[in-house]
Amino acid sequence: MNELNLNEQNFQANIDAGKRIEPRDWMPEKYRKTHIRQISQHAHSEIVGMLPEGNWITRAPSLKRKCTLLAKVQDEAGHGLYLYSAAETLGISRDEMFEQLHTGKAKYSSIFNYPTLSWADMGTIGWLVDGAAIINQVMLTRTSFGPYARAMVRICKEESFHQRQGFEILMNLMRGTDIQKEMAQESVNRFWWPSLMMFGPADKDSPNTEQSVKWKIKLKTNDELRQRFVDIIVPQAEFLGITLPDPEIKWNEERGHYDFGEIDWEEFWNVVKGNGPCNKERVKARVDAWEEGAWFRDAALAYSEKQKGTKREERA
Amino acid sequence: MDNSNLFNYLLMLGDNSMILGHRLSELCGHGPTLETDIALTNISLDLFGQVRSYFQYAAKIQGGDSSEDKIAFLRYENQYRNVLLVEQANDDLAHVFTRQFLFDSFHKLLLEELKESKDEQIQAIAIKSLKEVDYHLRFSSQWMRRLGDGTEESHARMQAALNHLYPFVEEFFRMTEVEKSMMEEGIGADLAKIREIYYTNIHQVIVEATLQLPETKPRQAEGKIGRHSEQLGFILSDFQYMQRAYPNMAW
Repeated sequence: MNELNLNEQNFQANIDAGKRIEPRDWMPEKYRKTHIRQISQHAHSEIVGMLPEGNWITRAPSLKRKCTLLAKVQDEAGHGLYLYSAAETLGISRDEMFEQLHTGKAKYSSIFNYPTLSWADMGTIGWLVDGAAIINQVMLTRTSFGPYARAMVRICKEESFHQRQGFEILMNLMRGTDIQKEMAQESVNRFWWPSLMMFGPADKDSPNTEQSVKWKIKLKTNDELRQRFVDIIVPQAEFLGITLPDPEIKWNEERGHYDFGEIDWEEFWNVVKGNGPCNKERVKARVDAWEEGAWFRDAALAYSEKQKGTKREERA
Repeated sequence: MDNSNLFNYLLMLGDNSMILGHRLSELCGHGPTLETDIALTNISLDLFGQVRSYFQYAAKIQGGDSSEDKIAFLRYENQYRNVLLVEQANDDLAHVFTRQFLFDSFHKLLLEELKESKDEQIQAIAIKSLKEVDYHLRFSSQWMRRLGDGTEESHARMQAALNHLYPFVEEFFRMTEVEKSMMEEGIGADLAKIREIYYTNIHQVIVEATLQLPETKPRQAEGKIGRHSEQLGFILSDFQYMQRAYPNMAW
């Protein structure tokens, strides 16, 4: 048996035994590439995800809400930071990842290509979008790549906090005036289907799952996770007094799950391909921030080079 | 006892932090690096935390159905009492950091004075805020040096920002009637006392940043009595939007 095969066998044996793969361990090239792609996409989702919520910071309706929203968006920047660092352990730089985001080579979660049109969206995003993200992320705390799994543990803690905050924003609206109730309902109407789409294509249309399962990148299928999400959300919606915009939602005694309607896959692919309501604006905002910051980063670098030079002279 | 001077003094203190916090919050998600984005948001959060302390206290003084949010959101433009420096726009990052540095340098000295205030609430807020502002000033001073002494472009941008913003700083030290009476009562700061130190401190950093001290005269600026630049109206139409469009609701 040649060395490569032996490496692969050991690698798979370690994963099967539930051991974590660390950056310095041998790994198949495809495992490395898949992780770079997935972790960087995840990091991009965090930082692009700052934009739709950032949109409402200056208009937050109270000082308390403003502070929690600022802190939340800041947490997302922090999540981006640890995810980029986790991806960097696999041999790609943060600048390269940004480049991929800016040129459209790398994707991010399509949910952030939907606009935030009312204050209630701050609640709905916390409740549904962070809620869907948590379901994915809890699974990823058990993924085989160590730095990714550890980043997820930390991120999950903060995300659950965000989800509760979102729920509480909606709760407040639903206890408020008719205008506030309408605002909450209208927001959920817009975000419900896109939130279901966050779990990706239906299993029958989702290739590569087998390899991902073998490497423990994916421990559950898209449809399983989506079902889990619906099962959690339906009773919460009832508690809030919000109607989910799907007449087919119904408890199925036999399956022990809620049935729900068919996702509009045409819309899903259309947004993935870049034609959603805000794809252009989101990427442009990132590119603008990067380009407008170029002189700033260059200056920081130039200054630190000068400082090093001065220190060398002092030592000489 | 007539507390209107104390109430107005708290507005001055709170409004500076609030309007600057608002300007910084506009940048959240658009920073030049993730680290800078996080740091600027942090400063914004610190400032809004201070605002809440000042306005909760002000609401107590005002009594009735007053609240921190009514004070923050439901005044007219000429009732805001921040200095004009803090409402200046985020023209570029050079303006953001220079504005921050010029304010932080003042803010720190002011809070050191307020630490000795006879008013226990103000004293407590000052003690808590000083820890934060100490960090803000270290952060913004460090960026003054880096950007001033970075590249040719960064130097030019910083010089332009300084030329624009420096004429606003003298407003800090022009004492209004409210400030004079608060000082006499031992509650407010003696701004004459910190003026010299302020200029000495900022000049030192400006020199270290290899920048030239602008020779321009101080601007006419009366934000503390409610006369603002044209920018404040736009800030408030954004800031007050929800409270104005959906009055009398709880969020």
